[in-house]
Amino acid sequence: MQNRYYQPEAETMPVNEIKKLQEYKLIRQVRYVYEHVEYYRKLMDEKGVKPEDIKCLEDISKLPFLCKDDLREAYPYGMLATDLNNCVRIHSTSGTTGKRVVAFYTQNDVDMWEDCCARAIVAAGGDENDVVQVAYGYGLFTGGAGLHGGSHKVGCLTLPMGSGNTNRQIQFMMDLNATILCCTPSYAAYIGESLKEKGYAPGYNSLKAGIFGAEPWTEEMRRDIENSLGIKAFDIYGLTESSGPGVAFECCEQNGMHINEDHFYAEIIDPDTGEVLPEGSKGELVFTSLDKEAFPLLRYRTRDITVLTREKCSCGRTFIKMKKPMGRSDDMMIIRGVNVFPSQIEAVLLNLGYPPNYQILVDRVNNTDTFEIHVEMLPEDFSDTPKVITKKEKKIQAAMKEMLGINPTIRLAAPKSIARSEGKAVRVIDNRKKIGINV
Amino acid sequence: MAIKQLSIFVENREGTLVTVTDAIAKAGVDIRALSVADTNDFGIFRLIVTDIDKAKKALDEADAFVSITEVVGVALEDKPGALAKVVKILADHNINIEYMYAFITVSKQFAYVVLRVTDNAETESILEANGIQLVTEEDMKQL
Repeated sequence: MQNRYYQPEAETMPVNEIKKLQEYKLIRQVRYVYEHVEYYRKLMDEKGVKPEDIKCLEDISKLPFLCKDDLREAYPYGMLATDLNNCVRIHSTSGTTGKRVVAFYTQNDVDMWEDCCARAIVAAGGDENDVVQVAYGYGLFTGGAGLHGGSHKVGCLTLPMGSGNTNRQIQFMMDLNATILCCTPSYAAYIGESLKEKGYAPGYNSLKAGIFGAEPWTEEMRRDIENSLGIKAFDIYGLTESSGPGVAFECCEQNGMHINEDHFYAEIIDPDTGEVLPEGSKGELVFTSLDKEAFPLLRYRTRDITVLTREKCSCGRTFIKMKKPMGRSDDMMIIRGVNVFPSQIEAVLLNLGYPPNYQILVDRVNNTDTFEIHVEMLPEDFSDTPKVITKKEKKIQAAMKEMLGINPTIRLAAPKSIARSEGKAVRVIDNRKKIGINV
Repeated sequence: MAIKQLSIFVENREGTLVTVTDAIAKAGVDIRALSVADTNDFGIFRLIVTDIDKAKKALDEADAFVSITEVVGVALEDKPGALAKVVKILADHNINIEYMYAFITVSKQFAYVVLRVTDNAETESILEANGIQLVTEEDMKQL
């Protein structure tokens, strides 16, 4: 297949030119932020950094970091860099982990964001002949609006389904011959499961690709979705804070996401010391917007743990690649002193042939952490005696122990008894937080 | 010859049993015998019913998790020593009983025992050869 790009001049730009462009834009964006955002000016002043100290890309390490708490503190207008008159849109984070963060967009910001999403759709094989089913949530959430706008830019026929109402999703998918599905990976898995239940075999329809993001997912889950829907599944990355999905997107190689470097500068830092790490190191991803007008962010700490690599990619894109995040450092649980990521648990379950429907329950009883994983059993796990089930539970427990180093309690539940998500899946219920334990 | 038994997975939560019993009631199916195997987290309900296909369909529709197991049914005279005799025959032939449950009917002439073993056919022929009366699915419906 011939490589196609939405904006080839940017996506295949020689690396030295990308760096030159980034340098020019960084200097300009720092000056712009210093002049227009009082909150960040104060942070720079406290650190004793002036815009004129930023002369090249490496100088970025002199700048202070921003983290989610800064954005919460600055709520609602503290980080706004332009007049509200110039803004045309607001989006917001889900606010599940605390106060909401609202992000503002000028028309140029929206265009830049939609261009990024359009690049993702073309990289997934999309063109004007495609029918794109957007099953991300619309509204304040960025998923729906981002892919919707990108789909328009590419000239695809756009089905603005929103999330939920799975029967209707399937009916539209079939009747209107959708070719590209955009939603969260957990919802894609659910749609795949529903299709199977209705008796459709993979390949029954015209669907060829999916663009899935907004929550961490594993390679095992990718295989699962690809098999159940009969498609190629592409990852997409973004944060409401940085605009939305499309900051980085996957190409046909499916081994990492190209970061849109003409609009964002990415760094990997040591999450404990804040020190910038060399390319290829694992650490926390930090983003700097390079040409945002309403809500520019300098050195925003994403909490996502990943690796950046700039190897030559067969797709012809020159943008640096980020590996699938291991999970946000926010998602990481410390249970009995051990670091546990939900993605590790998911990988174990999928490897054992279990569906990606599970729930992790953590609590503290008598000063000891309790750690339970609820898993939906397979029909063949069940017979008429409890010992067959407890044996399966032991088997899962042993595999978890091997992966995590600690023993969870496994509880097999009836198939389809764990609530399905149509948006972001609720995988972890950590009751320790409720009782005020800092974890 | 063996009798079909419904095995239903029931999580240890409020209301789960209501769903199961309601579904069977609404299907108009009678329960002939029942036993429960339980752990801390879940129970398995084992039922012998008058119309297994109807009951299974109703349970599936109620999203209950059900499997069908074949078991051996035995009719005994309702008097002391009748069960001991059956158990001894099986022990003598090295037949291991995984679980069993019994019930009596209003006629009080017979007691019925449901046996879960590994090899139904072998167990049945041993019992028959020793003069023990077996019960068929048809018999269960007539009770």
